[in-house]
Amino acid sequence: MIEIVSLYKSYGENNVLRNINLSVSDNEIHGLVGRSGVGKSTLLRCINGLEKYDSGSLKIDGFEIKQHSNREIMRFRKNIGMIFQNFALMERRTVYQNVALPMKCWGYKKDEIDKRVRELLRIVDIEDKIHEKPRVLSGGQKQRVAIARALSLNPKILLCDEATSALDPKTTKSILLLLEKINETFGIAIVLVTHQMSIIKQICHRVSILEDSEISAQGTVSKIFMNQPQSLKNLLGEEDLVLGKGINIRITHIENSINKKMLSNMVKELDVDFSILSARVEEYRDASLGSIVINFEEESAKAVIDYLTDLPVRWEILKGE
Amino acid sequence: MNTTSYELFLNIIIPELGKTLFMVLMTTVCATILGFFLAVIIVLTDKDGLQPNKYICETLSTLVNIIRSFPFIILMVSIIPFTRFVMGTSIGEKAAIVPLTVAAAPFVARIIENALKEVDKDLIEVAKSFGASDAQIIFKIMVVEAVPAITSGITLAVISILGASAVAGIVGAGGLGAVALSYGYQNFNDTIMYGTVFVIIVLVQMIQTLGNIFYHKLK
Repeated sequence: MIEIVSLYKSYGENNVLRNINLSVSDNEIHGLVGRSGVGKSTLLRCINGLEKYDSGSLKIDGFEIKQHSNREIMRFRKNIGMIFQNFALMERRTVYQNVALPMKCWGYKKDEIDKRVRELLRIVDIEDKIHEKPRVLSGGQKQRVAIARALSLNPKILLCDEATSALDPKTTKSILLLLEKINETFGIAIVLVTHQMSIIKQICHRVSILEDSEISAQGTVSKIFMNQPQSLKNLLGEEDLVLGKGINIRITHIENSINKKMLSNMVKELDVDFSILSARVEEYRDASLGSIVINFEEESAKAVIDYLTDLPVRWEILKGE
Repeated sequence: MNTTSYELFLNIIIPELGKTLFMVLMTTVCATILGFFLAVIIVLTDKDGLQPNKYICETLSTLVNIIRSFPFIILMVSIIPFTRFVMGTSIGEKAAIVPLTVAAAPFVARIIENALKEVDKDLIEVAKSFGASDAQIIFKIMVVEAVPAITSGITLAVISILGASAVAGIVGAGGLGAVALSYGYQNFNDTIMYGTVFVIIVLVQMIQTLGNIFYHKLK
């Protein structure tokens, strides 16, 4: 669906995007993460032509943005919907009128618009507010209206720029569920820009991590979290762990019936003592990953490390300050 | 003496009030049309606008600044030849509309320009993202969202134009300003002078109240 090859963009002296290679398939939800200001929003806007790129190729179903006139790009934008952090609704118009706006601009017939607006409001579950103005709506409700508007022209792609950054955690979850539903029901590809990893974990299939204007890591979400590349660590920052004396090891593994017993088996076989500093299991779209940090004495080090190396898990020694 | 003043009041102030209202109304309409046109072009060609064009934007902006710098009475007198050309005379309430409009249009332009610039930038981006044309963005979105701000701004402008019309009265325009000056001040008739001022005060209050009502209705 979206093919980006060797894309470069700079603002004067400033290299905003360098050698970006990215592909998003038809039903994929792809996350773009990185620190604030790294260029993720700029990259997102290159996809629908709101920003121009300097060199490289950006094709959407074969349509190369650079090769087309502004008029043609304008027409092409019907295929791409976009939602923003601050919702961007017309304050003086009702929910109905806001959702109808794109269709009105494109000259759709009145009854066609009416039918479609009602259908969309049903999909995003905000029918009861149909004639209200945005000022009486909560953040989550406003975003639903924005999503309905973004879907009104039947796009194949939805671009989300920090769409949940202004919402509380619970509302964020419900909006993400809505996006998931839209992706699965209508087969709409979604590109999601965020600086919050938790969002990536919840709904993305694949993710690209942007660091210093380049993509420093890319792949399925569970693989990225399993492999813990440096850019991921830079993004997440240091976990608040109280490391103990001796050896501290973090073990990351795919959660399954065998790995569940990993630690108890280790105790039985090696007869070692250890303490657990942190343990959690997180569910991703395609796998559940477990992550444990254990602490034990120096003497047991070799035995434990040999044992872990034989298992299908990833481990690393954590150094204290 | 009081009865005569009262009769004078009715026979002079009321018709002159009519002239003032005529001047203010016509000026507001003309200045709003011109000012709107100016504002839209300035916002369109602004460096953050939809079709940036440095030359057009800066030329118009400077023109607006220059006209606004003139104290009204000096502007009025200096364009008398132009007024004569357009209206055939430089005296009377019809003629006064010319300098009043020339002075008011840049003021209204700035008001509308600021109102348009205050519209949520993300909203304009969204509109571009679903393929709206520049004209649609300006008229269907920016102007619509800016209506409350434009309304308060025009309320301000009307009151300002009212004040200017009183000044115009001094140079032959007629209206309440002329009454206050000639029948009142120059005639040592405080009743008429302050009476006229009182009428203007009531007028200003009414305009402001009307403006507030419109603002809340349109929000």
